[in-house]
Amino acid sequence: MATVSLPESSPQLADAIVRRRGPSRWPLYVLAGVLTLFLLLPIYLITIAAFSPREALFGFPKSLLPTQISTDTLAFFLGSRGVLASAWTSVLVGVITLILSLVIGAPAGYALARFAFQGRDAFRMLILTTRAFPIVILAVPLAVTFLQWGLYDTVLAVALVHTALALPTTVLITSSIFIAIPRDVEEAALTLGCTPVGAFVRVALPLALPGLAASSLFTFVLSWNEVFAATVLTVSNRTLPAQVFTALNSSPLPYRFAGGFALIVPSLVFIFFIRRYLFNMWGRVTR
Amino acid sequence: MAEIRIERISKTYPGGKTPAVRDVSLAIADREFMVLLGPSGCGKTTLLRMIAGLEYPDAGRIVIGDRDVTDLPPRQRGIAMVFQSYAVFPHLTVFENVAFGLRMQKRPNEEVRRRVERAASLIQLEPYLQRYPSQLSGGQRQRVAVARAIVMEPSVLLMDEPLSNLDALLRLEFRAELKKLLADLQTTTVYVTHDQVEALSLGDRIAVMREGSIVQVAEPMVVYDRPAERFVGGFIGNPPMNFLRASVAAENGHSRVTLGDQSLVAPAALSNAVDGEVLVGIRAENIEARIEQPAEQGALAGEAMVVEPLGSHLLVTALVGGQAVKVLTRTDFPIGPGRPIWLRPEADKIRWLRGSDGVAVQV
Repeated sequence: MATVSLPESSPQLADAIVRRRGPSRWPLYVLAGVLTLFLLLPIYLITIAAFSPREALFGFPKSLLPTQISTDTLAFFLGSRGVLASAWTSVLVGVITLILSLVIGAPAGYALARFAFQGRDAFRMLILTTRAFPIVILAVPLAVTFLQWGLYDTVLAVALVHTALALPTTVLITSSIFIAIPRDVEEAALTLGCTPVGAFVRVALPLALPGLAASSLFTFVLSWNEVFAATVLTVSNRTLPAQVFTALNSSPLPYRFAGGFALIVPSLVFIFFIRRYLFNMWGRVTR
Repeated sequence: MAEIRIERISKTYPGGKTPAVRDVSLAIADREFMVLLGPSGCGKTTLLRMIAGLEYPDAGRIVIGDRDVTDLPPRQRGIAMVFQSYAVFPHLTVFENVAFGLRMQKRPNEEVRRRVERAASLIQLEPYLQRYPSQLSGGQRQRVAVARAIVMEPSVLLMDEPLSNLDALLRLEFRAELKKLLADLQTTTVYVTHDQVEALSLGDRIAVMREGSIVQVAEPMVVYDRPAERFVGGFIGNPPMNFLRASVAAENGHSRVTLGDQSLVAPAALSNAVDGEVLVGIRAENIEARIEQPAEQGALAGEAMVVEPLGSHLLVTALVGGQAVKVLTRTDFPIGPGRPIWLRPEADKIRWLRGSDGVAVQV
């Protein structure tokens, strides 16, 4: 049998073996670095500003490193009129949206996953197209409708709109969650004494729970961040984004920085917890 | 324990061009182990699922015991099923998996514990009762699936290819274990498989299916020795039954079967039953092989093409009158490729079939 003899080991050889063939990847890394900076820099600056004392905010030039930490700015923000109340409204709206989306969306997702009914593909397309309507166009007619129904300026109105916005993604996410649960596990439950509903509750639901939790979190964050419809539809029952948005022009600098920080935080926390899910979705499996 | 009567069951899947199950009738006796055997797509799994109640027939009736269960959901039929993919519940421990059906019946805890532990001991699952399915191997999950079914003490046990996802060695071991376990339990069992070895070894009777219909129902050795049609003979047995094309004509007192320039003598009734072309069906182990022309009548001359040593015997593929024949010989038989060989089929093991449609004739 022929044997291959390797030349004496050399640094160049080791390098050549380790480095992948093909065009070098550093332009890709540079691009990734630039994009990351572009996204992270504003967050970083806002965070620093939110924790700086008021004098530092008005100083010039602004330092890139946190020289003085103070909670003055944040305290000012939280004490501003309507901020805590609107934060609470945001939470309320988010929770109602979450519940409504799940209650309506999850059964729809289950039906899409389990039953082959006529018009299933058309239904799926229809759900996607509802997302194609810009909220900017829908908000004013909705405001008119809610005025007629006596729902204007209520938490329920905002929650309903947010539910409508969140339903497409909820239905599609839950449908793929239920597809991932093998059908025969539910069939086994049917042969062991369960009704179809019982099989869903005792077998499919427990297995779908992690995915449903992720979907709920996504819905909550979507609702928290939504600013346009909330602004148009409310006057006194504002959500936090609506409150900050309407007060923005007339508010002092510390208010804006602290407000921006408060609005970013939930999304950041959400992404921190959900990043493993996202990596799995995009193909990299993390432990 | 219950007998099963399947009466003229048909089903076509929505959007399907051909029926999955065509007008099938079958009677399964109480405590019988019936195997549904056939290639992929023959309708055996559909038939099983209709007995289970997971699919509903378009026409026909299914009776279990003395109850017409045709329109009843699975939970009201007194059945228990083992799925090909095991379908164990990932979010429950082995104990709770096995106990699931009993808990649905709201049995008292003491009874549940007693029955689960007994089922677990029958199937060697005791050390694993507190584990989760993700911590078990495929073979162990399989046992959980079987335990979960037998703990219910069902009237009818249904099994959908339970061994096909196991590796070959495990399959062999578990097949023997399963046979003993089910013989002890004495439950009416319907078992679906595409593996003819499993069918032969496990069944009291085998129902061979093809394209939605049952082509033969009989004890294993009958299906093996006297297949009802060419398909059955070719599907069962390893190697499959040989089928030689020949023509048949009457002669005084008997029939003459001619293959090319050779011929065999056959019973007189054969030429009455078959007009023209006939198939000579004979199994590889029922052909006597010689390297010289034997004195007795009824031998055919041929040439050995391939010789495969199988450990316990030699599998010789020979060409007789242009047709390939497989013969099993003892391992020291002095044959090699290209050498002449004489083949003498045992007369009472020959299965005669009509050339036109491959259906066997009784002679």
